[in-house]
Amino acid sequence: MENLLEAHAVSKKFGDFTALNNVSITVPKGSIFGLLGPNGAGKTTLIRVINQITMPDSGHVILDGEPLQPHHVQNIGYLPEERGLYKSMKVGEQALYLAQLKGLSKAEAKKRLQYWFERLEIGDWWNKKIQELSKGMAQKIQFVVTVLHEPKLLIFDEPFSGFDPINANLIKDEILRLKENGATVIFSTHRMESVEELCDHIALIHQSNKILDGKLTDIKRRYKTNTFEVGIKTTDKIALAETISKKFNASLTDFKSLNDELKLNIKLSENETSNNLLSYLTSKGEVSHFVELIPSANDIFIQAVKNN
Amino acid sequence: MNHLPLIIKREYLTKVKNKSFIIMTILSPIIFIALIAVVAYLSQLNNNKTRTISVLDASGLVTDIFQNTEHTTYNILNNVSLEEAKTIVEEAETYGLLYIPKQDSIAAMVKHIKFYSKESPSLSVMTGLESKLENKLRDVKLQQQGIDINKLTASKTSVNIAQESFIGEKTSKIDSYFKLGFGLAAGYLLFMFIIIYGNMIMRSIIEEKTSRIIEVIISSVKPIQLMLGKIIGTSLAGITQFVIWILIGSILMTIVSAILGIDLIQQTPQQEMMQQAMDNPEVAIEMQNAMNAFWNLPIANLIIAFILFFVAGYLLYSSLYAAIGAAVDNETDTQQFMFPIIMPLVLAVYIGIFTVIEDPHGAVSTIFSFIPFTSPVVMLMRIPFGVPVWQQLVSFLILVGTFMLTVWFAAKIYRVGILMYGKKPSYKEIIKWIKY
Repeated sequence: MENLLEAHAVSKKFGDFTALNNVSITVPKGSIFGLLGPNGAGKTTLIRVINQITMPDSGHVILDGEPLQPHHVQNIGYLPEERGLYKSMKVGEQALYLAQLKGLSKAEAKKRLQYWFERLEIGDWWNKKIQELSKGMAQKIQFVVTVLHEPKLLIFDEPFSGFDPINANLIKDEILRLKENGATVIFSTHRMESVEELCDHIALIHQSNKILDGKLTDIKRRYKTNTFEVGIKTTDKIALAETISKKFNASLTDFKSLNDELKLNIKLSENETSNNLLSYLTSKGEVSHFVELIPSANDIFIQAVKNN
Repeated sequence: MNHLPLIIKREYLTKVKNKSFIIMTILSPIIFIALIAVVAYLSQLNNNKTRTISVLDASGLVTDIFQNTEHTTYNILNNVSLEEAKTIVEEAETYGLLYIPKQDSIAAMVKHIKFYSKESPSLSVMTGLESKLENKLRDVKLQQQGIDINKLTASKTSVNIAQESFIGEKTSKIDSYFKLGFGLAAGYLLFMFIIIYGNMIMRSIIEEKTSRIIEVIISSVKPIQLMLGKIIGTSLAGITQFVIWILIGSILMTIVSAILGIDLIQQTPQQEMMQQAMDNPEVAIEMQNAMNAFWNLPIANLIIAFILFFVAGYLLYSSLYAAIGAAVDNETDTQQFMFPIIMPLVLAVYIGIFTVIEDPHGAVSTIFSFIPFTSPVVMLMRIPFGVPVWQQLVSFLILVGTFMLTVWFAAKIYRVGILMYGKKPSYKEIIKWIKY
């Protein structure tokens, strides 16, 4: 797959503090790319480098095959984490102004704004001032302004902060729709549940270094431990547990279930398959539960950060 | 992409549409004129009151100088003692009592001249009385020494040296006052403009930071475009306000003086004196000279130079305010920077007063008319005395160049400022950022 954005060995220091140390990422076209990391890891600095707000000390960025140039700002839509709008300006005027700064003509901007305002059901805000709106309302306007010029690359830094669950969902659906329409999205967050839902690719930055990147499914495969969560109905749980422990690496566990059953985590060694396990278990009793434990993004995040 | 016109338009419209801006634009001239009207009205009331001053001249030397005028009546007391006179004046509740004692010599007498009153008398009344007495007593002394006063008056000669340059330009002393006056007026206007609108520019630069829109804006436009747009847009709003002030002010002035029947540029006693003086042929000649002096000024050059230097000077100082706005996060941090900004302006005005008038083409005035921070004022003061066009041009270009440089510098500070988040950048970093 072709890459829309490639950052090569980007480093940035602020005084003695290293914000980015040789970080490279590749963002495939049409993907949603999760840029993850704990607070202060360097995510925002990397995003600023991509937006040409910050110049890297070394390394370079390639956007759609070209080295990053000033005119590329028109191909990027950026929703920063620190965001706001001119408080005393009317919503419509402000949106028009920001859209024109991104290179749209006034007429075109107006047309698209009307479409988006209708879509998000905020048409009657046009003549309101930002200071009259709630934070969540202002965030919606900001979202519209970010995507209005239909950029190839969208960068959202913590897009859901400040939204109630309903609006967060609305925005999430819009992001997915934009992706379907061909946009590439970089998505920076430390809220892992949204990563699971949205991202195809992720990169994990920790203490200025990239410690993990790739397709989310590949990473999960890499991090899985071949552990299965099983439940077997039996009359003598202790005896059965002992029997199974002799053959497999098993440990007692707990999960939500309607049955009173023996609940085990069983870790398979490399030459054992899930079929071996399943047929063995069925010979011992009725298998009511059989699930491979796939690490969540959250687990991977915590584990990767801890290992470093 | 050049977003400059767009930014200027937004800055201008937001400023002009702002409610407090509109209110101040309309209210300021009204308050100003109202104050003038009140002051004028009250002082007119004050002037219309006639005051009575009683005079007890025991010496008998000076009685004839106290002639009644429109505002002052002199009540000459005769054949009473000082104590009696005091009682009379106190009971009559008149303004006061002037007592001139009888002494052997004038020198001894003047030490004992006294003015008695209930409240302390006004300074102008006292000065008036003193000068009356001084003149009279001088004449008396001269007469005592046998000098004919009439001859002395006749022997007075007024000399007014006519000045002419080698190429035939006629000038006069009064010219110099006019020239200086022009420079001072220009300097003062610039001063006022900077104080009123400099802050506005600074606040406008900080606006993006306080509303946290800065990252969105900065990812769309170059900081230098933002700076320039803000400076120009805000300046235009300032000019709009200033023009409206002048318009409303002059209209109101006309209306108020028509309704109240008060001449706001009013007839004070001083003006009465002026008018009397005008009847004097000597003064009339002076006035004629003054008119000539005005028309002698290189008017076209002055107007063009005034516009150019005023605008460029204003822009330069605005860019300084912009740089401060770029460096700080909120308005409270800016107060300490005001003084250093105003300093060079004050310096310029002083240089103008003390050196340009003495030696308009001397080293000091010439140098300061090229230094960008003082040139708007000093050059404008020098131009009436005749400055070669190339000098004006060079000085102007330096001024504009410095302005561009400051804006550019401010833009750099701005960009670094947002990313540093309170961390103090090292010089090495600043240099690096400037290169970017």
